[in-house]
Amino acid sequence: MEPLERYRPIVDDFAAFRAACERPLPSAVRVNTIKTTVDAASAALSEAGVAYERVDWHDGLFVLPEDSPGANWPYFHGWLHGQEEVSAVPATVLDPDPGERVWDACAAPGTKTTQLAALMADEGEVVATDNNLGRISALRSNAERLGATSVAVTHEDGRNHSLKPFGGATYDRALVDVPCSCEGTIRKNPDAFDDWSLSHVEGVAGVQKGILTRAIQVTEPGGTVVYSTCTFAPEENEAVLDHVLDAEGCELVDYDLGLDHREGVTEWQDDEFDPSVRKAKRIYPHHNDTGGFFCAKLEVTG
Amino acid sequence: MSGDGNDSTVFTRLPATDAEREDPDRPTREEVLDFWRERFGVPSETFDDHTFWERGSGKVWAYTGEPPSPVDVEGLGMAFLRTRQEHWKPTLEAVQRFGDRARENVLHLDAEAARRFAAGDDQELDWDGDWGYLVVTHEVAGEREPIGVGLYVYGELRSQVPKGRRREL
Repeated sequence: MEPLERYRPIVDDFAAFRAACERPLPSAVRVNTIKTTVDAASAALSEAGVAYERVDWHDGLFVLPEDSPGANWPYFHGWLHGQEEVSAVPATVLDPDPGERVWDACAAPGTKTTQLAALMADEGEVVATDNNLGRISALRSNAERLGATSVAVTHEDGRNHSLKPFGGATYDRALVDVPCSCEGTIRKNPDAFDDWSLSHVEGVAGVQKGILTRAIQVTEPGGTVVYSTCTFAPEENEAVLDHVLDAEGCELVDYDLGLDHREGVTEWQDDEFDPSVRKAKRIYPHHNDTGGFFCAKLEVTG
Repeated sequence: MSGDGNDSTVFTRLPATDAEREDPDRPTREEVLDFWRERFGVPSETFDDHTFWERGSGKVWAYTGEPPSPVDVEGLGMAFLRTRQEHWKPTLEAVQRFGDRARENVLHLDAEAARRFAAGDDQELDWDGDWGYLVVTHEVAGEREPIGVGLYVYGELRSQVPKGRRREL
């Protein structure tokens, strides 16, 4: 828990924040609308005797207070997919339309990829990239179990993503849910802080800048890029945005979110960031009883 | 990289018809649509939004994008159908996704038989339809839903649920 101490200056009700981080989170599932409807999935859960609670800000998310997903008929049919509440935020914010071309830059194991495909009614093209072959096999099997036919999987480092296999076609939108120090997942992974170090935070921030930069470069002017992490560190959040605002043709845009949140921070330790990073949203565990998350929406200006 | 058009690392788009076919053993889009219509009664329009691709020998994938062929990626939509063998065989994923439109060679199971099928068990039961690959359904949330592919031979329904997908429900 020690790394959390550094956020005392930017988190309101710090004691409540720390206490929330120590409470475990229940399982949650998303209804896969490629294969079913929210009504049919809830009926199938009731039939299977699985207790569930609806989430008020997202129609297709259920919290399972007593169960884990996996051993019931709706899961077998690919009607449900395990997904924590805050993890459903970035694809919702990207809000792709059927028929578009979308890049998922760090896609495995495919939870957000399949959510994008579902938001697109499985029409169009979601290019899902990951640099780890083991995780790619999980991505592929999740996409197939959920019946997604719009997902193409590529094995590469997102920083060097190639448009060549697709004839050079650019994207309407890109989701950049980067590898991070994962501080916000502490309620699900009690060992999330075991490998924490400031040098890891700084190192991974370099990778994050590279992937977000590539996403902006391959998205059409006027297109949307969503940047997200599951961590609180401004080095991996606002500082990464500040870097691309300076180096690439893009700007931050406002968006609505039905979860309680705080705006992005413009100052951290000795650094000051572009004032527009306020438009990013910080989601803290003690405000909605969720994991922690960071999400920003950018428009590519060319 | 093999020279017979059967490269195991790239996806090659299926020719539309026999007239466009370069590899004599590669299935055509027309044959794939005919298979689903003739064996299971699935209307061809079901696949209007999908392109079909072969990777390796006889493994056909269904995809909604239209990249140039061949395309060198790790996955392209859903593994959909096995061809280049005596009896073509749909995948569990294809049947779960499109099998609700099947009208022929559909075997409906009661709750207990459905549980055994999902667990991967073979079971003896009566079926007076064709032998071969069937779409297997059960009732969930008030609707008949496809569970997967069964092989019916000699009075026995053999579960074709892949090992990694089997569940004790």
